[in-house]
Amino acid sequence: MDGRQEFESHSSEPPVVVEMRGIIKRFPGVLANDHVDFKLYQGEIHALLGENGAGKSTLMNILAGLYRPDAGEIYVKGKLVHFSSPRDAIKAGIGMIHQHFMLVPSQTVTENILLGLDQPRFILRLSEYHQKIAEFAERFGLKIDPKAKIWQLSVGEQQRVEILKMLYRGADILIMDEPTAVLAPQEIEALFITLRKMVSEGKSIIFISHKLHEVMEIADRVSVLSKGKVTASGVPAKGITRQELARLMVGREVLFRLDKKEQAPGDVVLQVEDLHAENDKGLPALRGVSLTVRAGEIVGLAGVAGNGQRELAQVITGLRKCTKGKILLNGEDITNQPVSYSIQRGLGHIPEDRTHVGTSPNLSITDNVIMKKYRQPPIARGMVIDMNQASQFAQQLVATYDIMVPTIRTPARLLSGGNLQKVILAREISGNPRLLVAVQPTRGLDVGAIEGIQRLLLTQREAGAAILLISEELEELISLSDRIYVIYEGKIMGEVTDGNIEVIGLMMTGTPMEQIRQGVQ
Amino acid sequence: MDPIIILQAGVASGTVLLFATIGEIFAERSGVLNLGVEGMMLLGAMSAFSITVKTGNPWLGLLVAMLAGGLISQIHAFISIHLQADQVVSGLALGFLATGISLVLGEGLSKAGTVSLMPSFSIPVLSQIPIVGPIFFTRHSVLTYFGYLLIPAAWYYINHTRPGMNLRAIGEFPAAADTLGINIYRLRYFYVFLGGVMAGLAGATISLAIAPGWFSEMTTAGQGWIAVGLVIFAQWDPIRAAFGSYTFGALRRLILDIQGPTTILGLRNPFYYNPYWGFFLQMLPYAFTIIVLVIGSREAIRKRLGAPAALGTPYIRGERGL
Amino acid sequence: MNSEIAKSTSRSFPYRIVIEQRLKEPSRTYSLLISVLAIVVALFIGGFVIAQAGGDPIRSYRHIAKASFGNIGVFSDTLVKATPLILVGLACAVAFRSRLWNIGAEGQFFVGAFGASAIVLTPILPPDTSPWIFIPVMMVAGILMGAFWGLIPGFLKAKYNVNEIISTLMMNYIAVAWNNFFIYAVWSESGFQMSPMFTKNAWLPRLTDYSKVVPAFRGLTTHLGLLFGILAAVLIWFILYRSRWGYEIRLIGDNPQAARYAGLNITRNTILVMMLSGGLAGLAGMSEITGVVHRLQGAISPGYGFTGIIVAWLSKLNPFAVILVSILFGALILAGREIQPSGIPKMIQGVILVCLIASDFFLRYQIRIVRRE
Repeated sequence: MDGRQEFESHSSEPPVVVEMRGIIKRFPGVLANDHVDFKLYQGEIHALLGENGAGKSTLMNILAGLYRPDAGEIYVKGKLVHFSSPRDAIKAGIGMIHQHFMLVPSQTVTENILLGLDQPRFILRLSEYHQKIAEFAERFGLKIDPKAKIWQLSVGEQQRVEILKMLYRGADILIMDEPTAVLAPQEIEALFITLRKMVSEGKSIIFISHKLHEVMEIADRVSVLSKGKVTASGVPAKGITRQELARLMVGREVLFRLDKKEQAPGDVVLQVEDLHAENDKGLPALRGVSLTVRAGEIVGLAGVAGNGQRELAQVITGLRKCTKGKILLNGEDITNQPVSYSIQRGLGHIPEDRTHVGTSPNLSITDNVIMKKYRQPPIARGMVIDMNQASQFAQQLVATYDIMVPTIRTPARLLSGGNLQKVILAREISGNPRLLVAVQPTRGLDVGAIEGIQRLLLTQREAGAAILLISEELEELISLSDRIYVIYEGKIMGEVTDGNIEVIGLMMTGTPMEQIRQGVQ
Repeated sequence: MDPIIILQAGVASGTVLLFATIGEIFAERSGVLNLGVEGMMLLGAMSAFSITVKTGNPWLGLLVAMLAGGLISQIHAFISIHLQADQVVSGLALGFLATGISLVLGEGLSKAGTVSLMPSFSIPVLSQIPIVGPIFFTRHSVLTYFGYLLIPAAWYYINHTRPGMNLRAIGEFPAAADTLGINIYRLRYFYVFLGGVMAGLAGATISLAIAPGWFSEMTTAGQGWIAVGLVIFAQWDPIRAAFGSYTFGALRRLILDIQGPTTILGLRNPFYYNPYWGFFLQMLPYAFTIIVLVIGSREAIRKRLGAPAALGTPYIRGERGL
Repeated sequence: MNSEIAKSTSRSFPYRIVIEQRLKEPSRTYSLLISVLAIVVALFIGGFVIAQAGGDPIRSYRHIAKASFGNIGVFSDTLVKATPLILVGLACAVAFRSRLWNIGAEGQFFVGAFGASAIVLTPILPPDTSPWIFIPVMMVAGILMGAFWGLIPGFLKAKYNVNEIISTLMMNYIAVAWNNFFIYAVWSESGFQMSPMFTKNAWLPRLTDYSKVVPAFRGLTTHLGLLFGILAAVLIWFILYRSRWGYEIRLIGDNPQAARYAGLNITRNTILVMMLSGGLAGLAGMSEITGVVHRLQGAISPGYGFTGIIVAWLSKLNPFAVILVSILFGALILAGREIQPSGIPKMIQGVILVCLIASDFFLRYQIRIVRRE
């Protein structure tokens, strides 16, 4: 097909279950899908690869009936279909498992599975359906307590509920949007076993990912999207190398190595001792965390989402009270002090949620960059803010950090994710922080922006800042960090200095370092 | 100052709050905050009374009141659901509008005199039960009895039926419901409509049963706002709403009755000898609402309960990065 | 968002309507145009309802225009009505900026009037006190009472997360009952439901008071309160856009989570903003009672506190726009007194607010007609 790499047909070709032809989808200012063709065969795992913003999720949301394409045709099992809602797609046997789980936290597993179905018609008869769901789950080897409320479940369990929800609806075509992003390596193994089992039973799976090694491991065939266009369509996974895929994905060779200078760490900047804290639900989230970060080193914190990373970052930065323990910044006790106290003592914070926490959407870039400086001169003159100084400061940051904005008066909400993150980073770094707590600093950004952000972090390390990097991207952690702690259920399982991914993986699933060592000996 | 009579009358006047509160619970459970309750009640009270004056048929008045409340609520529904405006301001606007319309159309209605009201009766066997009988089952309006049926029905509907489950889902996490093919917009319109119908019913209950007549804005006298406050106290649960509504009803009645006797518990009754102190009694329901809010809010913090998670936010499908 | 409303019935129809989020800020002219259009639409709807209620919409509107802008005398009266609106409008605007829904300006207005009256009627100052002392003391009393009335819901919001919409509204009813107690029981003038007239020294100076110097001022009732309003607008603008406190107010109002992250003290700000807002509304009450009514009585406000909400919203929370919008609404209130049925001004206010909120949609979204592919 017009010069793209095409799957060579076998002699006994399995039936095509989904065919999308010439799909076009526009969003304001973006062409998310540009004449995309896509073919899924029965019984295969078809990986859809592409970097963030390449249009993978858009394409699959169209297939799942959530968006309507501006142009193009979709055939399911040979029949032309027009989905006007997800209900239509589900009827056609297509079920999508979204990256952010579509589960109602306050409802039970059973209720979530029954949501949107026709049976039971009016009265719920929950005890009867608890039984039914439990039996159904058993059949697929997915153990789950149907009476449990979603918020009580781990991320892995929630994913199981999502899969069950689709299977219960009789879906035989499953779309999985970045299913491994929230799982530990061992949980990923378990998921892959489940997926292979489902395929062997005749189901077909579309696996969206931007992680090359996973795609190579699980997929039968691979399609690649780049900037809304198909750059490879249905290539057998065995016949292609990682480098080739990366080039198709990004359109250029990707450096897999970052230029990190050797340097000896300095004094201890952050010292956390036996920290305990509760999460939003009042349950223990941190159970005795101790760690240190020295000047001029990046210390990574690895862990599966929801094991206390969020709470740890919040307690260190003063956004959450701890119930026990001590935090020292440059030897000074900052435990349970107000946020402004640690800001004045050189704490920078790149929050996990850049739109809801890190910036103020309707305020200008200027207002956003002075967020931590408006109290001190030169921007403050007594009780008054010197607007000239503020604009100068903003101009200077925009120029230094190469932030793409029309003017410094533009409201922050009109910025792209990458530029927004640069605004936050510029603001935090410009204070020459002694300690920088960076939470998921590159999540959801495209490759170019990721590189830029990572470089900035390394520059800060060279400048002697202590950096605590909290991330769920293991590759990023390993390539940036000098040391890595692993957190599991609010406890530090151990510390790795050589970036051994197997050891990290074991600790992420709850095996403490001592046990791993004993196992080795 | 007979406690039985105060409680009996409290149940009757609490029925107004009960309807308005349960209606608002449905709207808020679906994710739409409607602050126009007071206005919708006023519109209901006005249209019920006006139609009854014209036709002599209170049932017709009741029906029109419910329809009027439901229809005008759809303005708020459209602005907050489709146009995605701020629900607080939109609800306030609806309140102003409904109040204005009621005043315009209710012009001169206060001089209409007496009309036929909703029927009242005692329930044969139940009214014989000591204490409970005279309070709950004696000489009540048919609307009060309807209120008794509504409480368990609303509770059962929300917690144990399929549409109730859908209702909870669209208020907590509309995106999840959307991916399963539940039509969020349609349901939200419906529950805002239901809230409006109930507010209209609450208004009609005032003008056709509890305090017959039309007294401009003093017909409702802030009860719509008290209802919005009770929703928070009730933690979006109809049974707690009933408890709150009847307590408030009894309080209103107590304030009226306490000014009557010359002595209370053998002591000189200060409110009888200083009738102007009645102004401080008048403050009580409003002060009590604030106290009840403090109780409700502290409890919510302690138990980490909260409003439906999506309350007050418009649902927009297809936001990038969904 | 990218919702496609019109999938028109015939598949062959080559165009369709696309509604999509704006990527750029709409220009000032465009937003102004939308607001004006919203008001025009509102007046049309209002006219329709007036006609339905048996009135003549064109005559009603012409009457409103003539009775409020017809000559310098009525315009002066319009300014008198606009004066309290400016102050309560600012009160609402500053609270809304901080995303605090103070809809208790009406009650704060009442207790502000009470506070000022108490100075004269208790009496705290003797009747022959110089106006140079009387007026500032009454101002302080009005502001303090209003601020106190805002402090209560502000404190409850900050400490116990009590919904301020309901608590401020309940405070309105309490304020009215409070004032009534004093009007009926304490300061009643020989059994009437009003206090005695204030001493002249406690009146705000009016233009007509200077008609001996400037004859053209004869009969003009515009009083010093208007100046309070204009100065307050300048002050609020300065606070919001040039001071550290104002920056905090705007940041908390736009994104409280970011404000917490930046180390702001939200509890303290909530209380202070509610006090500032209450104080402004209290000053409005003081200005009305000393500039217009000259005694404490029940009917001192045709719902200024609620109209203030609309004024604030229509001004897009901009302090200077509050002045202009207040004059328009002052005209509506002034002329509306004579229009029958008497609920019409209130209803028109409601319609205007509804249309205005609906029109905001066009500032956030653009509608295009595109060719099908």
